[in-house]
Amino acid sequence: MSTAREEILRRVRAAKGASTLETAAASYAGIDRSYQTTATLSHEAILDLFEERLREYDANVFRVSALEVGAAVTEVLRSRKIERVLIPEGLPEDWQRGAEFVVDREFSATELDGFTAVMTTATVGIAETGTIVLQTAPGQGRRAITLVPDYHLCLLPVISVVETVVEAMRLLELTKNLPTTFFSGPSATADIEMTRIKGVHGPRFVDVILMN
Amino acid sequence: MSRVPLDPRTAPTFQQAARALLGDAQLRKNVRHATDVIQTKRRKLVEEKQDWQALRESGRQIRAHVLENLDVYLEEFERNFTKAGGVIHWARDAAEAQKIVVGLVKEIGTTEVIKIKSMTTEEIQLNNALEAAGVHAYETDLAELIIQLGEDQPSHIVVPALHKNRAQVREIFRRTMNLPDLGDKPADLADAARRFLREKFLRVTTAVSGANFLVAETGGVCIVESEGNGRMCLTMPETLISVVGVEKVVPRWQDLEPLLQMLPRSATGERMNPYNSMWCGVHPGDGPQRMHIVLLDNGRTEVLADREGRQTLQCIRCGACQNACPVYRQTGGHAYGSVYAGPIGAILTPQLMHLEHSQSLPYASSLCGACYEVCPVKINIPEVLIHLRHKVVEQNGWYAPESLAMKAVAQVFRSERRFRAAQRLGRLAELPLVKSEKRSFAIVGQKQEASDGWIGWLPGLLGGWTSTRDLQAMPQETFRDWWEKRGKQ
Ligand code: SF4
Repeated sequence: MSTAREEILRRVRAAKGASTLETAAASYAGIDRSYQTTATLSHEAILDLFEERLREYDANVFRVSALEVGAAVTEVLRSRKIERVLIPEGLPEDWQRGAEFVVDREFSATELDGFTAVMTTATVGIAETGTIVLQTAPGQGRRAITLVPDYHLCLLPVISVVETVVEAMRLLELTKNLPTTFFSGPSATADIEMTRIKGVHGPRFVDVILMN
Repeated sequence: MSRVPLDPRTAPTFQQAARALLGDAQLRKNVRHATDVIQTKRRKLVEEKQDWQALRESGRQIRAHVLENLDVYLEEFERNFTKAGGVIHWARDAAEAQKIVVGLVKEIGTTEVIKIKSMTTEEIQLNNALEAAGVHAYETDLAELIIQLGEDQPSHIVVPALHKNRAQVREIFRRTMNLPDLGDKPADLADAARRFLREKFLRVTTAVSGANFLVAETGGVCIVESEGNGRMCLTMPETLISVVGVEKVVPRWQDLEPLLQMLPRSATGERMNPYNSMWCGVHPGDGPQRMHIVLLDNGRTEVLADREGRQTLQCIRCGACQNACPVYRQTGGHAYGSVYAGPIGAILTPQLMHLEHSQSLPYASSLCGACYEVCPVKINIPEVLIHLRHKVVEQNGWYAPESLAMKAVAQVFRSERRFRAAQRLGRLAELPLVKSEKRSFAIVGQKQEASDGWIGWLPGLLGGWTSTRDLQAMPQETFRDWWEKRGKQ
């Protein structure tokens, strides 16, 4: 008796003829990819667009120089009345200003639920869609820390902001095996009468600091 | 509570079910509102995308290429996912998939699982199988939760509860969550769901999901969602079990470039959905440390074997064809007797479930072509519908004139340009055939003056089935013309 695996692969081959790695590779190379792959805007315009899209999601956006990051963090946390912030390993010391910063030590789900705020950096920003890409890496941490707390303060160098999804995907090519989360604004649902409601299970509030 | 699932084997014919549902004014209003909202947003975001047609063509070619080489990519995915610490299971049919998932859950020894919305697990009726084994599955997507608590059925593949309005949702939540004072603002209702589910996310250690895409070269899985319930399910538990149709694989990471751009624009009219998650097997210190994928056939290889039906498997489940379909917009999803409703359901269900169980579905369409126009991977749904109608005729007895007529129409639908031309011509050619008395099966929302737009009989050609099923004529104006005019009113 054949296993389910053998049986399904047999059915697939019977359905359309067997393929080999070589024939597949040859036909793959012929796939049309004439969609837009490069930026059309200047970098300044890209940053403006990114900011505009983030604001559409009700995120606050701050642009600061590398030297002002600590002061900006202090200011943002004060305005949000946040005193205790969860952070991953690998965040620069001089960004950790204005609150108590607690490094993630494999906290349990319930322990994570005790945090209202998290601060991380990110891998890439996508202007066209207002998307920020997080990966499991130093400064960004494991996925759960940016999910459970209700507030996320995200710091991103301006050089990491690209215009299009395609450019971002190509940058991510190098680290595509890492757990990766694209987030575009706060969690949301439109399941009831198509009314967009901000914040269901992921963070409801997001602020972004763009660093020159 | 186990719901009676939508099952094409026991469902009434589309025409019977639709006739009953057409009497439900509230349902029709809810469906029309929801599909109007999504379509308006979708159109705006598709129009701003200068390279939309290039994205569609690329998406179509990627998906078609996968199907041509499915064995290669399934084996590659299996290799890489296994290397990354995951376990692959293969299921020939729904029963086998149920058995695998129930077995895994039993082995863990838990009596509860949390679930991410998945049409594939609806297709195999997994919740009922778990229930029978003493395991309760909590649906965590807001819409799926509404459906589960209301003992209802999904009616749309992206927004499964769009047939319920806020007052109806409030009633369900009040009753089942014991919240007598619950308000009816959507925000109140979402907040109730957030609180109801939070405790489960923190406590339940096993999750069940589907997947949007599998990436062969990395052994990667991709799930797109809005609420964060997906992220909760795929990062917090110790074990994640995903049930995925064999056709969902794509060769490489770069193939997500067009697909991730088109899916949110088509599905919910967003530039990007709030969350996309991608990961490759087990990652130490991050997320579930036990990961299983059940690769499901359940009729898909039979669809693959049918040259003309094969393109159905290109589908990325965006639901755009449902929102655009004048028939779906009138009847809602339940009339289709399957978890896959609308145009995609009309072609997918009869093929997955063997034609005899759902012979009426290929007729649940006016062939207006709106579905083909919006489909991000260019599935020529009208062409497949004609092909399936042909097969129905074949099954129910075959004689030459019918088959000839079918072939002629099928020819017409082979290219988009030809199809448009045919739509225009068809309206003229059919004029003498259109029934002018009372229509017996009216489901199209267009105002119909001179005639009702239904063909009651076709001399000699299609008599076999038009005598029992009225065939709708080509609309007097194309769907696009009608839609645009309507928008201006
Ligand atoms: S058939 Fe096309 S439009 Fe319909 S759900 Fe599938 S991909 Fe979307």
